[in-house]
Amino acid sequence: MKTSFKWLAAAGLVMGLAATAAVPSAHAESVLRVAMTAGDIPDVTGQPDQGFEGYRFVGYSIYDALINWDLTKSDREATLKPGLATKWSIDPADTKRWIFELRKGITFHDGCPFNADTVVWNVKRLTDNTVPQFVAKQFAAMRTRTVNIAGVEKIDDGKVAIIMKEPDSLFYIQMSFWMMVSNCQFEKAGNDNGKYALMPSGTGPYKFDKFVPRERLELVRNADYWDTPRIPKHDRLVLIPMPEATTRAAALLAGQVDLVEAPSPDTVPRLKQSGMMVLTNAYPHNWAYQLNFVEGPFKDKRVRQAANYALNRADMKEMLGGFMIEGYATVPPNSAWYGKPVKYEYDPKKATALLKQAGCYPCDVTFAISTSGSGQMQPLPMNELVKAQLEEAGFKVKLEVMDWNALLDVTFKGREKFPQYHAVNVSRATQDPFSGIFRFAMKSQNAPAGGNWGWYYNAEVEDLIKKIYTTFDETQRDKMIVKVHEIMNDDAAMIWVAHDVNPRALSPKLKGFVQAQSWFQDLTPIVVEDKTN
Amino acid sequence: MWLYVARRILYAVPIALGVTAFCFALVYLAPGNPLQLLLPPDASAEVIELIKKTYGFDKPIPVQYAIWLGRALTGDLGVSIATNRPVTGEVLGALSNTVILSVAAVILAFSLAFTLGLLAAWFNGRWVDRLVTGFSIVGVSVPNYWLGMVLIIVFAVNMNWLPATGMGSKGSESFRLTDWEQLRHAILPVVTMSMIPLGIIMRTTRSAVSEVLNHDFVQTLRAKGLGEFAVLRHAVRNALPAVLAVMGLQFGYLMGGSILIETIFTWPGTGFLLNKAILTRDIPVLQGTILVLALIFVATNLAVDLIQTAVDPRIKRA
Repeated sequence: MKTSFKWLAAAGLVMGLAATAAVPSAHAESVLRVAMTAGDIPDVTGQPDQGFEGYRFVGYSIYDALINWDLTKSDREATLKPGLATKWSIDPADTKRWIFELRKGITFHDGCPFNADTVVWNVKRLTDNTVPQFVAKQFAAMRTRTVNIAGVEKIDDGKVAIIMKEPDSLFYIQMSFWMMVSNCQFEKAGNDNGKYALMPSGTGPYKFDKFVPRERLELVRNADYWDTPRIPKHDRLVLIPMPEATTRAAALLAGQVDLVEAPSPDTVPRLKQSGMMVLTNAYPHNWAYQLNFVEGPFKDKRVRQAANYALNRADMKEMLGGFMIEGYATVPPNSAWYGKPVKYEYDPKKATALLKQAGCYPCDVTFAISTSGSGQMQPLPMNELVKAQLEEAGFKVKLEVMDWNALLDVTFKGREKFPQYHAVNVSRATQDPFSGIFRFAMKSQNAPAGGNWGWYYNAEVEDLIKKIYTTFDETQRDKMIVKVHEIMNDDAAMIWVAHDVNPRALSPKLKGFVQAQSWFQDLTPIVVEDKTN
Repeated sequence: MWLYVARRILYAVPIALGVTAFCFALVYLAPGNPLQLLLPPDASAEVIELIKKTYGFDKPIPVQYAIWLGRALTGDLGVSIATNRPVTGEVLGALSNTVILSVAAVILAFSLAFTLGLLAAWFNGRWVDRLVTGFSIVGVSVPNYWLGMVLIIVFAVNMNWLPATGMGSKGSESFRLTDWEQLRHAILPVVTMSMIPLGIIMRTTRSAVSEVLNHDFVQTLRAKGLGEFAVLRHAVRNALPAVLAVMGLQFGYLMGGSILIETIFTWPGTGFLLNKAILTRDIPVLQGTILVLALIFVATNLAVDLIQTAVDPRIKRA
């Protein structure tokens, strides 16, 4: 009796201690804590790494680009809006000169003024390997994204011209990915990117405060931000890398973070039950298979069509707990470039008939897929379902499973190096026409030179894309982009499966978040209400 | 004794060298390429060459190994491809976080396992023995990543007693064992991590002690009229070297940091670091971490051998 009482007392003491410790200390400061899917803090020195998650949380927080994304609306696909440039246009006298008029009176977090010289310095930083501000990693990342810059020129303090190698009507979109870094701060760091990483300075809505490598990045409100509606409504933003989905959900439920990216569908009912808000929205994302147009059965258009007809995307959606949009084309239906593509709706009989016509029945195909990866959603169960559905119609599917990095290697080197694969499953961002559509169709992009993994070719598409690059009238140009998109559907250029809806879960104490239809999100309007209320 | 120590240390050198060569080669056997992390999937050949050169990947692999080994001897393990930070700092930082977990887990596992194992051996075949043996089998066979998740669900999510992840609100740099607010973060991972060593040490203790108890000399001790407690003391003394050896091995494993446990708890130790480095093919980090861990393993084994020698003079053959 006595002993058991002692044990009880001890247990009570421990619990009491735990309870005291759990009471939050009074914070004058409101803090927004975000669990990212990344395994590490994205690069803070300008061009972020860790994919678009790096841009979303670090890039557009610390920095601005000449052109920013308008992320204030949830009912339409996000569009571009003036950033550090107020206006951009092609030089009427020279279709190779894009002219940017710069915003006046902007200063970096370190007090350094933003002007034409800064822009010239920044463009050189990422295009010219002889300048002191050159950083190999950042250079490489941008060099491949934007290949077309021949040079940069200051016109006056408030105006710069960026000169193209080839006329490029879509170039300005690229400038939304170029973060403007403070030249003064970089020089203060002795032109050493490693030192600069400890004191980065941009013009964005948040200032760098501190970071613990691999664990957390802390940013604080920039009360003097030029875009006044976007001055953060909380004092501090803490970004925590948390690659494991279950851990993210647990951390949210345990009150250790306030917003988590991509909770896995099976945790969603529990999150909702605990009062968390689970938000989803369409965004420019494409989960599909790029096909081999040189080796194997997908050379035949009928086989490609059969594969598209064989898929029951509604089943896939059900499997994912509703967290996807059925994919029938390269860009999601809400995109300005969607048009009226041929829609291969579920018709297994037609699929079987097409396979028989093509003389490929049963039709052996091998897919290269990954176990995980940026934007890959739930690749294993999804691929298993695709396999089951295709086999129902008469395919025999072999899935070659590899880790994300190995799949990227296959994707990058192309079908020439990996003729044994008839399709690769790499999801893509589709927010600009080049990286979302064209690079999978252009001959000049045939892998390993670019993103056309399986060497798709269509002369009409080729012609249209050439015209698009020299058409500076946006309406005209967009019409042609729609046409390219439609032709690719007609060709059944891919096997389309899904568009992600990017679920994220928020603690009920967060108010004011608007989920934009974009890879990027604006956290600044979020108000963190006091826990104790 | 000293000759024995010197010889053991000398043996450790070729083992360590072999380990370095092995892990260097191993990393290159895996498919994928470290440059893909830096480059978009559609980087041009010219850009790839430039980056290869910047990071020294353009040289033949044996040359890369020689350069790396030469630098490693001076304590310089290169620079992380992903973060540009020196690998030595990354590894040591992660190591200190893993030490917190593994030392605590070993102490917890050893003290509990030794007591229970002793009880089981003493009450050989009785219900106490069966209970303890059953417990140890559960400890060894329950997958610890599963246990970790269950503990998170029970103690962090449902009861809200303990935090689910991380090393506290200020991160590992200001982690103090004396600060309860931060120490709480270590409880669940330590308990999870101690499960396997607990089971193994318990079983070893039980079998070693019960084996000794069956020796003739124990009968002699009893015949001499020694009390049961004194008999047990003799038995423990004889069983200890075997238990210590197992404990040392377990400690070595734990120092490697459990990739699964550290990932589940987002504990920024060596396992977490390795996981990240594998996924991103961050070769310098991978090589540096494996090297440091392998050396720790070699050193732990050496230390255990030496301690065993001290405890059990029969082992000293020199």
